[in-house]
Amino acid sequence: MNYRETVKVAWKSLLSNKLRSLLTMLGVIIGVAAVIVMISISAGTEATISEAIHGLGSNLVFVSSALTRGGPGQPVQGGLVYDDMTAIRERVSGVAGVAVDQQANVTVKYGNVTLENVVIVGTTPDYPTVRDVQVGAGRFFNEQEQQRAQKVVVLGKTVAEQLFGESDPIGQNINVNNTKLTVIGVLAAKGLVSGTDFDQLIYTPISLVFQKFTPSQFARIMGDRVRQIIVSVDPNANMDEVVQQITILLANRHKVSLDAPDFTIRTQADIIQAQESTTSSFRTLLGWVAGVSLIVGGIGIMNIMLVSVTERTREIGLRQAVGATPGDIQIQFLTEALMLSLLGGLVGVLAGIGGSWLFGSLSGMRTVIVPYSIVLSFSSAALIGIFFGYMPAQKAAQLDPIVALRYE
Amino acid sequence: MKEKPILIETIDLKKIYGADEVQVNALDGINLKIYEGEFVAVMGPSGSGKSTLLNILACLDRPSQGRYILNGEDVSGYNRKELAFIRSRQLGFIFQSYNLLPRLTALENVMLPMMYQREGRLIANERQEKAAAGLESVGLADRAHHLPSQLSGGQQQRVAIARALINDPILVLADEPTGNLDTKSSQEIIDLLQRLNQRGRTIVMVTHEPDIAHYTERILMIRDGKLASDQKNGRRGAPKIQPAAHLPEKRTRKKEKNR
Repeated sequence: MNYRETVKVAWKSLLSNKLRSLLTMLGVIIGVAAVIVMISISAGTEATISEAIHGLGSNLVFVSSALTRGGPGQPVQGGLVYDDMTAIRERVSGVAGVAVDQQANVTVKYGNVTLENVVIVGTTPDYPTVRDVQVGAGRFFNEQEQQRAQKVVVLGKTVAEQLFGESDPIGQNINVNNTKLTVIGVLAAKGLVSGTDFDQLIYTPISLVFQKFTPSQFARIMGDRVRQIIVSVDPNANMDEVVQQITILLANRHKVSLDAPDFTIRTQADIIQAQESTTSSFRTLLGWVAGVSLIVGGIGIMNIMLVSVTERTREIGLRQAVGATPGDIQIQFLTEALMLSLLGGLVGVLAGIGGSWLFGSLSGMRTVIVPYSIVLSFSSAALIGIFFGYMPAQKAAQLDPIVALRYE
Repeated sequence: MKEKPILIETIDLKKIYGADEVQVNALDGINLKIYEGEFVAVMGPSGSGKSTLLNILACLDRPSQGRYILNGEDVSGYNRKELAFIRSRQLGFIFQSYNLLPRLTALENVMLPMMYQREGRLIANERQEKAAAGLESVGLADRAHHLPSQLSGGQQQRVAIARALINDPILVLADEPTGNLDTKSSQEIIDLLQRLNQRGRTIVMVTHEPDIAHYTERILMIRDGKLASDQKNGRRGAPKIQPAAHLPEKRTRKKEKNR
């Protein structure tokens, strides 16, 4: 029996029981579609996250304080101070901009609107460049205002809308923890990036935060310490060299060894990598969950093929009587199982692509169809067909023709 | 007849089921020679071992002991695959319950054995023509595209006969071919077999109906796994009912007499 005939016979046999074939395939269809949809959802999430990280601004190095307390009553050891930023700007080559980021929670009032727990970011004039945010209206504060700790503030888009509605905030005075600040600008919308909603923040010179918004009980121990220094590296400079220069500079300034620094340096690449390893393990998990349903589909095929072998015992006996070898019988049933799984796989791929698209447009979540998920799920379906089809085919091939012919 | 070559020879053929205490000797030393062109009936009460003998002669089963030489080839020790080749190349079967595949048309059923041929395979069109000619020879040209369920018992058995002959076997084995048929259909079938035999086909048929057995030229009686008698049978004269069909050798005639 040549292969074309075998395929024809298998096809006829599947057609003769359409509903059953369809239901059997359904397991594989769902499995394959699930793999594709799951992977497309996690790939979509991954793409969103990675874009968000890139949206932080390009080529960033984050230097964070790692405070070590000497115990009660002891002065705080180490940590970044404001002057570290100046030093980095002046002494490290390949730096495009440096900004600090010191945050405090404040209450903001304007007219009869009161906003509790607004995060005020004390920073430097480089901030918009470094964090890649645009000023929508008015302007960001300048170096002079920073040095003089002038009472100016730049609002995030959402905060501005909440306080002023439709009216123009520029030049208005708002009340922040009972300090009157003049609004000089509103940032353009940037949205949620890496867990921070930039539009919900307000920005003011860091010198002002030191003076006015550091809670008094912390002021004594904090001094002019800053939480984080963000360095934007010149695109033409070597990131590793810049990181090395910063490390050595800060270690010298803080008089700490390189083995036990009081600061940590992370580059954007580190963050992306960390994020990717999380999302890719998430993706693997989803893939496995979907893979289980594919295996369940395979068991469905095996089940139906076993039933089919029993039902067609006489047919098997007759085919053997007219000259089919055990091998012929085995190939025939294996082909049927494979055909079920391949057809199921094919429909599953289409359903998966359609499902990803549908899910994306209904939920608003981003889905990205990954080509490897199609290859992976389809070839898994084929393997499953062979794997789960083997046992029933073996059973059919081993039937004794005499017994099979007498089977009722 | 005696000068004709031996087609089947069995030497002390035994088939033993079970072991030790519960051992059953279904066949207990059968020595048998069947010559080319013979029409042999195998008779015996149920449980006598006649079906076991037929299964071994049909290469569906293997003897426990003894030898079975088919057409000069000792097939006693063949494995399942080798036996399948023998069945495909040399044997044709007719069953009591016809054993047509219910989902295939009469024509497709007749074509089935050609699918498993190893040598001299025909292309699809040739097979179809050959099967159509086979159906015509058993008088069912106009039923080619009917399913078995749309055919009467006699018609189904004639399809089965066409199927048995399609690979031009050297030996046709029939297991109670008329067992499920009424008298008239039985007569048609036995006439058909008789005509086949007259054209030189060797046929071994198991039956328990003496009437049917008497159409053959030799009757083997099996009792308790042994050959109880081997009688020449004065063959009855020409069939009373004209066969519904032409024989394979006369494929040129087109006109059919339908009943």
